[in-house]
Amino acid sequence: MTSRTKAVAVAGVLLGLALIAPFTDAFVILLITRALILAILAMSLDILLGFTGLPSLGQAAYLGIGAYLTAILATKFNFGLGWSFWVVVVLGILLAAATAAFFGLFAVRASGVYFLMITLALGQCVWGLAYRWNSMTGGDNGINLPGRPAFGIQLSSDVAYFYVVFGFFALSLLMLYVLVKSPFGRSLEGIREREVRMRTLGYNTWLHKYLAFIIAGGFGGLAGVLWAHANGHVSPEDVVLTTSVDALLMVVLGGPGTLVGGAIGAAAVLFLREYLSTLVAWWQYVLGAVYILTILYLPDGLMGVATRLRRSSIALGRPEDAKHPVIS
Amino acid sequence: MDWRFWLIQTFNGISYGALLFLLGSGLSLIFGVMRIVNLSHGSYFLLGGYVALSVILATGSWVLAIPIAALSIALVGLLMERLFLRRLGFDPLRQVLLTVGFAFLFQQAALDIWGGDNRDIVPPASLTQTAVVGGLHLPGYRVFMIAMAAAIGLILWLVMEHTRLGAAVRATVDDAQMARGVGIDTSRISMFIFALGAFLAGLGGVIGGGFLGVYPGLDFQILPIAFAVVIIGGMGSLGGAAIGSLLVGIADNFGKALFPEISYFTLYAPMALILAVRPTGLFGRE
Amino acid sequence: MMVAKSSAMVTAGSVAIGIGLMGMPGALAEEIRVGFIAPITGPFAQAGKDMVNGWEMYVDEVKNDFAGATIKFILEDDQAKPPVGVLKAEKLIRQDKVHLIMGGLLASTGYALAPVSTREKTVYIAPVAAADDLTQREADKYPYFVRTGWTSSQPTHPFGEWACEQGYKRIAAIAADYAFGYETVGGFQRTFEECGGKIIQKIWPPLGTIDFGPFIPTIKQDADAIFTLMVGPMSLQFPKQLAAAGNTKPVIGGGTSYDEFTLPAMGDEVIGHISVLQYSAALDTPKNAAFVTKYREKYGKVPSYFSETTYTTGQMIQAVMEQTGGKWPGAEAFVKLISAVKVDAVRGPVSLDDMRNPVQNIYVKRVEKKKMFGYDKEELWNTVIKTYPNVSQFWKFGKAQFLKQPVYSRDFPPCKFCE
Repeated sequence: MTSRTKAVAVAGVLLGLALIAPFTDAFVILLITRALILAILAMSLDILLGFTGLPSLGQAAYLGIGAYLTAILATKFNFGLGWSFWVVVVLGILLAAATAAFFGLFAVRASGVYFLMITLALGQCVWGLAYRWNSMTGGDNGINLPGRPAFGIQLSSDVAYFYVVFGFFALSLLMLYVLVKSPFGRSLEGIREREVRMRTLGYNTWLHKYLAFIIAGGFGGLAGVLWAHANGHVSPEDVVLTTSVDALLMVVLGGPGTLVGGAIGAAAVLFLREYLSTLVAWWQYVLGAVYILTILYLPDGLMGVATRLRRSSIALGRPEDAKHPVIS
Repeated sequence: MDWRFWLIQTFNGISYGALLFLLGSGLSLIFGVMRIVNLSHGSYFLLGGYVALSVILATGSWVLAIPIAALSIALVGLLMERLFLRRLGFDPLRQVLLTVGFAFLFQQAALDIWGGDNRDIVPPASLTQTAVVGGLHLPGYRVFMIAMAAAIGLILWLVMEHTRLGAAVRATVDDAQMARGVGIDTSRISMFIFALGAFLAGLGGVIGGGFLGVYPGLDFQILPIAFAVVIIGGMGSLGGAAIGSLLVGIADNFGKALFPEISYFTLYAPMALILAVRPTGLFGRE
Repeated sequence: MMVAKSSAMVTAGSVAIGIGLMGMPGALAEEIRVGFIAPITGPFAQAGKDMVNGWEMYVDEVKNDFAGATIKFILEDDQAKPPVGVLKAEKLIRQDKVHLIMGGLLASTGYALAPVSTREKTVYIAPVAAADDLTQREADKYPYFVRTGWTSSQPTHPFGEWACEQGYKRIAAIAADYAFGYETVGGFQRTFEECGGKIIQKIWPPLGTIDFGPFIPTIKQDADAIFTLMVGPMSLQFPKQLAAAGNTKPVIGGGTSYDEFTLPAMGDEVIGHISVLQYSAALDTPKNAAFVTKYREKYGKVPSYFSETTYTTGQMIQAVMEQTGGKWPGAEAFVKLISAVKVDAVRGPVSLDDMRNPVQNIYVKRVEKKKMFGYDKEELWNTVIKTYPNVSQFWKFGKAQFLKQPVYSRDFPPCKFCE
């Protein structure tokens, strides 16, 4: 498939989703909305993990910053519930990006497993603040939002809110796509593959990674703002380590380095968890097994399966083309 | 706040640090030898406590519970390493996700096997006496935890520094390729170390169970603290783990006593700082 | 849990079929769908199970006959995470079209679910979650919210007076650092200081603390007694570590520090400690004796207040359905009807005040090791030593005056006597 037909396929799916979603069940549309928000978070992480090779274990921090900012502005300053919602979106992105810019000073020097550890520590700092800074964050109780914004359009309507989230998702996808196809994005991939070589070629690899870290933080913040209004509630649970791990799983399950994979992974994890936990009490086993099986057998995620299937059908009789290491 | 306050707080911090050493030393060894970030380490700790509870229930012997629990967890670790982790090679991301998957499985399994009540391991009465020294009340169990950590630390040090096995482990930590070159079976070393790490975590779970309790959720509660120990001390270094545990134990203790509002922040912020300045921790080797 | 879920569905289904066979279309029993939210996995799973057991026991006892209506019970696992709880509530309301939701273990979950009930115009019954303001200063925001449990400060209001009667003058408080802790301590402090006592210190260990090493040495040596408020695993470790540190002062506290959820795992060091709650499994009434014996036979453990409160909730729903003749009256009418219900519950007489919080007995309890209800083993029980009858969430202050003060918090009432 050429990148052109790929783009057409993605656009087709999105268009279909936009048309069908309002006619789904009143609950399913809530799930789709949440899946789209988590997809933004997963795509933001994919910029780091898939394109730059930096596995972050603290992406939930930026979701939390966007969400808490939205909730605090709404409850303490009554701000962001009208047209000012759009200002909050910008502020959420900026604050999360600024935090990432600060955290990045510590984190980006490290690589591999040290990067994992340091992002874990930074994420835990944000969680510690959310959990313990009672006067600002409500501590364990979290914060209830007074309601969704209204500016001519009532976002309290789930269909209206779906379209807002959908719009942000499509925009994020487009922007991130342009980003990864740009020379900057190509150099990120170069850094992922061979950092030393890129450095000897004269690239400032630190700056590239630092910028990628900030961009990822910004999109994480956007997801946070939308998340706060989707739930009507923010909680320290939004910032815990397992939320960050979930985001990683979404990317790895979908297929790192593909953007769309993160979105597919987000939807898969959300729907799987939602429906399984309704059906059976032992759903945690299934989820644990999904983690383990994905890691063992799907190194390139669901997107990798598609590629492999296609390759093996094209390359009938040419087994060396179809071969793909199951375990790398 | 007189000198007694500072003294007893230091003592409490050291005893908490002693428990953290049992937990952290295994994690640190595993990381040092295999570069594996083991997110199921907290589960090993919790499972150790649960197995001990079952042994105590069946035999009534606390002394017997310690080796049985620690060895069973070592076996769990061994199986996990042989069957799953070894196939992944050195990909930290996939190791993280695999071990976290297991952590979820263990969590649910523990709930199904042992139920969700808050449990407590009751050590022999001789360990729960309180010694009064110069007006200070020193709980016997805290003294025991310090002694236990010191003993384990000493044994580990002797093994690592004065046996062939220890030399092979050290060689593998320093340069696995080179170690293979001189005929060390690094695969076997990895298996041994992973089992040993799990053994230590299980042991910590039994000892800690008498002090912190045994209950669902303890696994994920203790895990980030174990990482703080390893990160601050330096990954892969026994001495680092010892000093890291003491630092975290004392810092966490005084942080909570003096600045309770920001207590978690006082734990994780220094951790991030140390990582940024010296990614390998205070005593880790590059 | 699967068993619980499917058995309730099967019962509902078979009743419907049975009536269908009789060929009486007019008498078709109405099905009331109840969405039940509780943690079934994760750290709080056992408390969630206790909640489900109490409810299930009541439904079984009345053979799922609510004045002719049958209840279809749909259980959802919130893992004790508020954001998950919100989504589960939406699912129950929108997909399963439940008539009411109940449950939510933690105060934080109750707090997150209340706005959902307003948004969806669906009754939400909170049997456990105790956050004060849900039925106080914010009650107007949540017209579909009904509480069948308690508010955090309800038991500690009388307890403050009780502490004065014991002659305590100076008390050091150590409590979990979150809203539930503030409200429990706040209620105690207010009444204790009004009768002449002094809270000389407030220590706030973080929620989930299990090593109390940093906190115990800071407790003032010249206090007459220690007031504690612990929850979950904290409850188990605090008294043990306090005793090991050589404490000789009397220890008193909020109900969750010694409730039956944790008591069986506790050691003898808690004997003599005194706490306060709206329920004790050792309550010496025939009704409670029957409840405890039957529950223990069925589920193998002594019931905690988590079980009692969902059992009582079943009773209150039953009372409403009897008035409507087994017909669902609609959300608003249901709230009105249940507000007027008076039941003779296991914990004692229960009715709701006009802000939809129970008016009920509050029990001061001492931990004792003894035999009870004919069990032949010596066990720890919360022996009731004093009963305050018909206590409202506003205590003796009166609603209007009480609501004028801010909700209890870390800084309210201010600690005037802290040194």
